[in-house]
Order: sequence, then C-alpha cells, then structure tokens
Amino acid sequence: MKLEQADAVWLDANHEFSFAELARFSGLSEAELRELVDYGVLTPTDPQGGEWTFGGDIVVTMQAAGRLRDDLELEPQALALALTLIGRIRELEAQLRGLRAQLPRRPP
Amino acid sequence: MKYKDYYQVLGVERDADIDAIKKAYRRLAHKYHPDVSKDPAGEEKFKEIADAYQTLKDPEKRAAYDQLGRHRPGQEFRPPPDWGKQFGDAPFSSDDIDLSELFAGLSSGRRHAGRQGGTFKMPGQDYEVTAHISLDDAARGATVDLNLTVPEYDEHGRLHRVERSFKARIPKGATDGQRLRLRGKGGKGFNGGPDGDLYLNIALHPHALYRVSGHDLYLDLPLTPWEAALGAVVEVPTLGGSVHLKVPPGTHAGQKLRLARRGLPKPSAEEGDLFAIVQIVVPTVLSERERALFKELSDGSTFNPRGHFEQEMRNEARTS
Repeated sequence: MKLEQADAVWLDANHEFSFAELARFSGLSEAELRELVDYGVLTPTDPQGGEWTFGGDIVVTMQAAGRLRDDLELEPQALALALTLIGRIRELEAQLRGLRAQLPRRPP
Repeated sequence: MKYKDYYQVLGVERDADIDAIKKAYRRLAHKYHPDVSKDPAGEEKFKEIADAYQTLKDPEKRAAYDQLGRHRPGQEFRPPPDWGKQFGDAPFSSDDIDLSELFAGLSSGRRHAGRQGGTFKMPGQDYEVTAHISLDDAARGATVDLNLTVPEYDEHGRLHRVERSFKARIPKGATDGQRLRLRGKGGKGFNGGPDGDLYLNIALHPHALYRVSGHDLYLDLPLTPWEAALGAVVEVPTLGGSVHLKVPPGTHAGQKLRLARRGLPKPSAEEGDLFAIVQIVVPTVLSERERALFKELSDGSTFNPRGHFEQEMRNEARTS
C-alpha cells in the first residue's frame, strides 16, 4: 500500500503566521489575543506594523493558553499570569537541560 | 464499550449538585492539567476528569449518563435499546467508540439536529503526537510512519474509530522538544468543515556519545595527563565524520573546546556547535615503566595545584 506523504512545517520563529491563523490554531478569539498582546505575554513580529504576524514558536504557547482558558475557565488577566509563569518555567528547564548537557556522563 | 464512573472520577456523590461538581472539577483540573502538572500520568488523568465534567455539568447529558445505569468501572456494557433515541436523536455506532466519544456524539447530534442537508460546518479536531527520532535523523531529516486512531463521522453523522496511516517527512533541523505542524492531518472535518491539523512533538533518542542542548552537542573528551599538559592533536567523532582537534598545551579538566558548526543543523541553514568537554583520565593500572616515569615527574616537579588554598584561607580570616 502506498502511503500518502505529508510535509511538515516547523513551528519556529522563521515561520510566521497571521493573526487569523494564530486565532484558529489556539482557539482564542482575536480579541483575546489582542488582550494578551496588551499584557505583554504575546509579541507580534513587528508590533508597529500594520498587519500583525507572529513567529511560529509562539503557536504552542498559545495553544496551551487556549486549553487553560477552556479547561480552567481562566480570565484574561489570570491567563496572562499563567503564561508568564509557564514561560519562566520553560526558560529554566532549557537552562537546566543546557547545564545537564555539560555534566560529564562518566566521572573521569 | 467500557463503563466509566464519572462520579467516582470527580470524587462526588451521585446526587451532588452542580456547584459541588464544579468545585471538584476545578480542584482536580488545577492539579492534573497537562500544561501545568509535571505528573507523567497527568494527561490521561486530566482527560478522564474533563470527560466526566463535560458530561455531568450538562443536565441533559447527566440524565443520559444516569440512564446508562450503574456498572463497575471498566465493565463492558451497552446503552439500553432506546437510549440513543431518547437523548436528542444521537446516532452512534456502538462498539468501536468509547464513553466520552458517545457523549461527544450526543452533543453534536443535539446541536445539529436535522443536519441532513444542513449547512453546519464542523472543523476536524487537532491532534498532537510525539515522534521519537535519532540524532542522525534530526541532522539529515527523516521520514516517519504515523498511525493514528481517530474518531470520525461517517456520511450518516455516525461516529466511528478510524485508523489513519501516512508518512510524515521531518525536514532536517529538528531538536528535542521542537514542534512541527502537519496541515489537515488531524481529525476529518464534518459537513465540509476543514480537517484538523496534526502537531508533531519531536523527541530525540539519547545518543551514546552526544548530549543535546538546543542545536548544540556536548561530548566528553577524555585526555591523558600528558596530552593535556603537552598539547596534542586528537581525533573527535562528529555527526559528519571524525575530525582532528588541536588540544592546546596546558588544557585543564572541564574546559570546553568548541568545534564550530559541528552540532545539529538548524532549520534556518545554520548549524549548532559541538563542544568537547575535557576530562583528564589517569590509568588505573600502571605498568612498571609508567610508575617509574610518574615517580620521576613527582620528584622533579614543583607544581602545586592547591597553592591557593592557604592564600584564600588567609584572606577569609582577614576579612571576617
């Protein structure tokens, strides 16, 4: 059986998505996304530009935001706080991974 | 299908009022939500809690659930014969779906009653799966086989479980925890609604030699004391084959020697670096000759690596 092949797109800063796409991926409304931009937890690639676009690396975070809003019934302000803290945890986890990678596997 | 005791999942009595149900859900959701919890079983647990809440918070669904009767959790059962008709004309195809899908079908059946010829478009669900790949796959790009079992509506609006298999091409540039989006590879849309997307979460198999941090790689580089002291050219394995690395004289343990652009390729056509972390290794068993040479070095050398101990202690005493 010949299987269909699907091409994948990286969700990283090099792939930009429109406001409408980010809303569709995350399940958040454009008004809610705008509010997250006001709170400073979501930053468009060019905040001064006319049409806002967003780096693909933010998609996963905004999907988490959509789930948290639905599942925990969070208000925008609480959602912004949760995202700030989740962002800090991710940063610390990345730092921890980096430091762990530098530890020798076997003691010499 | 297998019975689940939604009251037990939420830890409430069968006659609990909506406030008690809401409270129990909130407490459990905060504890087990996969975006917040680090519990490895959290995701499965949260899904159960969310399914229970979705059903019990809605009076009609709760009544439908209560009509299923009481069974032991995990026990095989079938809904009573008229059950589907009684509750909002929900069509279901019995055995190949689970309890939560039965209730999801019930809500869509009710919401879109008379949808034959209707125009309500329902987008397909998004899914997320983890693809485990090797470091070499990440460096070169790889094709992985994906098999998903997803609930899908047939043309009569009945819910079925469907196996979907396809190949996904992972372009080079992957690293641990990175995400890919496969457009339209999630659940099928209904009534002309768009198909959902599939999100791939990349997880790298641990490698015997390299440790990964972003697109940088770390490798332990054991050196002999004389290589470290005198300097040497040593062969170091990289993803693209072995290279010669010049170790400068006077290299010490823990020092990071950088091999630029020998790490994992990034999606943006750049590469990470490879860092060789120096370890100084001494032979555990010495030959007669080695022992004699070390003895000679010990007798002839004035090098004291602990010279700073005394100095630092004196400084401490002066300042405290």
